[in-house]
Amino acid sequence: MRASTWAPRRVDAVLTPVAAVGRGVIGACRSIGAVTLFALQALALTFRAPFHWRLFLRHFIEIAYFSLPVVALTAIFTGMVLALQSFTGFARFNAEGAVANVVVISITRELGPVIGSLMVAGRIGAAFAAEIGTMRVTDQIDALTTLSTNPVQYLVTPRLLAGIAALPLLILVADVLGIMGGWLIGTAKLGFTSAAYLRATLDFLQMMDVVSGLVKAAAFGFVITLMGCWCGYNSRGGAEGVGAATTAAVVSSSILILALDYVLTEMFFAR
Amino acid sequence: MSGERPKIRLRGLTKRFGEKIVLDGVDLDIRAGHGMVILGGSGSGKSVTIKCILGLIEPDAGVIEIDGRDVLSMDRRERDALNDHVGMLFQNGALFDSLPVWENVCFKLLAQKRITRALARDKAAEVLAQVGLAASVGDLYPSELSGGMQKRVALARAVAAEPDIIFFDEPTTGLDPIMGAVIDGLIVDVVKRLGATAVSITHDMASARRIGDDAAMIHRGKIVWTGSAAMLGDSGNPVVDQFARGEREGPIQMELRR
Repeated sequence: MRASTWAPRRVDAVLTPVAAVGRGVIGACRSIGAVTLFALQALALTFRAPFHWRLFLRHFIEIAYFSLPVVALTAIFTGMVLALQSFTGFARFNAEGAVANVVVISITRELGPVIGSLMVAGRIGAAFAAEIGTMRVTDQIDALTTLSTNPVQYLVTPRLLAGIAALPLLILVADVLGIMGGWLIGTAKLGFTSAAYLRATLDFLQMMDVVSGLVKAAAFGFVITLMGCWCGYNSRGGAEGVGAATTAAVVSSSILILALDYVLTEMFFAR
Repeated sequence: MSGERPKIRLRGLTKRFGEKIVLDGVDLDIRAGHGMVILGGSGSGKSVTIKCILGLIEPDAGVIEIDGRDVLSMDRRERDALNDHVGMLFQNGALFDSLPVWENVCFKLLAQKRITRALARDKAAEVLAQVGLAASVGDLYPSELSGGMQKRVALARAVAAEPDIIFFDEPTTGLDPIMGAVIDGLIVDVVKRLGATAVSITHDMASARRIGDDAAMIHRGKIVWTGSAAMLGDSGNPVVDQFARGEREGPIQMELRR
């Protein structure tokens, strides 16, 4: 009697954790699939009338213009820190002259797009998730359907396109200001002459550095707006649900930005 | 009710969420040009029924016919075309708080391109007047309005595109009795003027008698009684009578504990 119940229990003890892992994997695959279909649906609706120009412009201004102060400050300080750190680091190898080169490459390729996008993720991802989430829990999304309007086309498509269009412009500004931050420290504190610093910057800067950074920015803009819309659109259960959606939007888009950054860097620069 | 074709016909409508069976075979005929009131306690499946008819929830099984056409087998385009002639007043209004009142009211007309933005303000003022609101309300945002005014704006939005069928989800909930009566009066007026079919769900008996010609009682996912709204409270059906009189003892047992 004891032997007969013993064997299945041991099998259970082995299978329970395996089943839990399996459930997790299946759940993750289902989420990825659902987000992908959501994104494809929203992008496909770009090509079906009507296109909501008014909303596109509103979201574009919200992302590109009203994020400027936050992104600008972040970029300037990043450039300043970068100049300072690389100067002290390179001093050990008597290579202080490379400060301008390090600043310009780091900012245009990596830090401009990534740090700028992370700031926008906190601002825009959260705002979109909260707004769409509130519309979900107060039946406004159902109301759109009854008012002859496709909710994805009205809420998601303009936001995605605005994110893709706005982020490269924003990051271009961040690039300029980040380099300026490095120049400020380089000339004011580290003893470079302005002309020498700028010459070193321009000599070393390649088109590919800037272009790859802006392509990254467009991809990050897509990710931020997609996760904001997705988390808001699927929020459930009142104020608490909207709060959870907002958190999920910021966390997931931040992680996706960093992961996608690696993939894109591999595509652009790996030999 | 026999002979003429019902405007909306439900047969065997079934919907479950996980383990919970919400609709367990709903059969209902709704006459064209009449007011139907669907009664039921909280969680009895009233809202799910009308969300199924509106296409906001996909039922698991059953038939929904509007004007004799099977709604569930329609493709998206046909379904959208049908929805163009349907209006809905949501329980909490569901006004778009990012848009001013006039844009809310004319949202459907603008979406269908039946009106230009330049003309929409005047149209909104006209519709707002029908629900007893001044034209100046059109420039406010929904958050600046009181509950009763929000309900009236939501009513204006539901009827602005002159629909054939209008759904009202608990139109008087959250209003004082006098404002409730005012809203009911506006509903009756506007439905009569449009010649529309009105489907309301409510648990407010006074409101049910005012806005309904016919009534149906839904209990545990099934229609247990249909009849004239005037007979509510004296229907001879123990479930309906208990509900209409608001008695604790009777066939409806509240699940207070699990």
